[in-house]
Amino acid sequence: MKDKVVKILTFIAAVIILIICGGMVYSLVTGAVPAFEKFGVDFIFKKDWQYTPDNEQYGALPFIVGTLITAFLAVIISFPFSMAVSLFVGEYFKDTKVAAFLGTATELLAGIPSIVYGLWGFYVLRPIMVGMGLSEQGFGIMTSSVVLAIMIIPYAASLSSEFIRMVPNDIKEGAYSLGATKYEVVFHVILPAAASGISSSYILSLGRALGETMAVTMLIGNTNTLPTSLTDTANTMASIIANQFGEAAGLKLSALIAIGLLLFLITALINFIAKMIIKKYAI
Amino acid sequence: MMIMKLKIVVLSVFFATCCISCSNVKTEISGAGATFPLPYYNMVFKDFSDTTGINVAYGGIGSGGGIRSLKDGIVDFAATDAFLSKAEEAEIAKSVIHVPTCLGAVVVAYNVPEISSLRLSADVLADIFLGVITKWNDGRIVETNPDIVLPDLNITVIYRSDGSGTTNVFTDYLSKISDRWRAEIGAAKSVSFPVGVAAKGNPGVAGIIGQTAGAIGYVGSEYAFARKIAFASLQNKAGKFVKPSTASISAAASANIPADSKIMITNSAAEEAYPISCFTWIVIYREQNYAKRSPEQAQATVKLLNFILSNEAQSKAANVHYAPLPENVRCNALKSLKSVTYNGKAIE
Repeated sequence: MKDKVVKILTFIAAVIILIICGGMVYSLVTGAVPAFEKFGVDFIFKKDWQYTPDNEQYGALPFIVGTLITAFLAVIISFPFSMAVSLFVGEYFKDTKVAAFLGTATELLAGIPSIVYGLWGFYVLRPIMVGMGLSEQGFGIMTSSVVLAIMIIPYAASLSSEFIRMVPNDIKEGAYSLGATKYEVVFHVILPAAASGISSSYILSLGRALGETMAVTMLIGNTNTLPTSLTDTANTMASIIANQFGEAAGLKLSALIAIGLLLFLITALINFIAKMIIKKYAI
Repeated sequence: MMIMKLKIVVLSVFFATCCISCSNVKTEISGAGATFPLPYYNMVFKDFSDTTGINVAYGGIGSGGGIRSLKDGIVDFAATDAFLSKAEEAEIAKSVIHVPTCLGAVVVAYNVPEISSLRLSADVLADIFLGVITKWNDGRIVETNPDIVLPDLNITVIYRSDGSGTTNVFTDYLSKISDRWRAEIGAAKSVSFPVGVAAKGNPGVAGIIGQTAGAIGYVGSEYAFARKIAFASLQNKAGKFVKPSTASISAAASANIPADSKIMITNSAAEEAYPISCFTWIVIYREQNYAKRSPEQAQATVKLLNFILSNEAQSKAANVHYAPLPENVRCNALKSLKSVTYNGKAIE
């Protein structure tokens, strides 16, 4: 009896999720149709974003570029820190109190709402960037990427440390018995063995950086032009939508929804790649 | 047993939500739209609910969002700083009326360390926003400010990243004073600014100006006053440098205003006028029976607008740095409110 109830409830819940997910894709696609009808595939490669009433021109390129640059740069900046933390927690100080404390502290970073990161970036990081002479007013791709990097450290670090822990003891012991030093074990045994898992954890955190909206909107400067340097102001796909959906109507609204659809596809693709890597090269 | 428990839980949740909705017999009206007059509306709506017991829920989601909500029939009124064009009215299909609620100003706020008063002429203002003038100690700025020492600091233009009635008013003004602006950029709720950094909403722009040395931007007046950000005196059409104030904003509306009040009063010719002044409106349907609204709701909506147009509410506009409507505009607005109906019958 109980079994049946639980079975039915879980089935209903699963179906509802599927329906909602399908509905979202459906409404994104139907909403994006007018923009793609007007501009064709060119929409993805156009760099104008003009709302002059009789000559509306919308292209997603500046936002796609802005999104990819900020996200990849964030992953690059976060790499040395998250890698160090995951090795510390997963291998060097495995199962010690220090590791547990550091692990919790990193995970705490994941719990901070993105608006708080945005505030910190706005009031603390921005003046520092100006002080370093990196930019005139402190807004831009660089500032956003630094904040994004801090935001994704916990994801990359905790996932990678799990994969580092999962490396079987036998092969590590085998290496030690052959006279390998700790350094050699880490860099020649553990890291190659966990490489697929580690890289997929970075791809997943890349996916998170791609979609981050609030903190980026507060820091990127929100200009709709193609960025030419890392200190330029720009807009990401998420931030242009957050900025402009309120007043958008007609073709502009459709262009924003189309950008939403593209973002959805990019993140879906990245998650898919990460899953494939884990599956294919699992230890 | 398990099912029994489940049923009880489900039923109690069901009844609980029921009770919340049925205890809510009090009339409540809702509106959405512009953030520009928000400080004024917050005050007036509170006074209104204190005197009548009718609550007004207002969402400052931007003029465009407000109009869309009205079109979808999910609000009782929409607020906007840009009156609807003929094409936009045609899109709504049903007849709407614009009720002006007060006058406001868009101020040019800036952040230059130790400079608390600044005079900008019309062409200098346009050239700053066009990116022609890029330094605070540019000769043309110094020319109108002989008494102060301007620093060798880069100008950072701050504008709105979201579409906005404030941008519409500001760019309308720039289009009137600069041929180049009119030809290259134009006036709209959002335009492609050639230089600068953008932020969302009046508070966002005010926040960045407050934080950034060398910044200049445009915001609804109250947002600059409240944050104590310095703002410039602007040169009006008559050639005088004028600070935004209740008196100078009122002066901008002293010219002939059409009965439906749908006019931009930027760059007014009046001698004491602040040049970037504007009306702000509430838009409602002329026929109030739509989207299953009750007669009480329709009545409450009209009551609210009559309250905003009353001398009592108007006189308070100056408290938050807006200006009351000129008397003839107020009378015309009250007259047009009389044409509002419910099922074709006038609303008391």
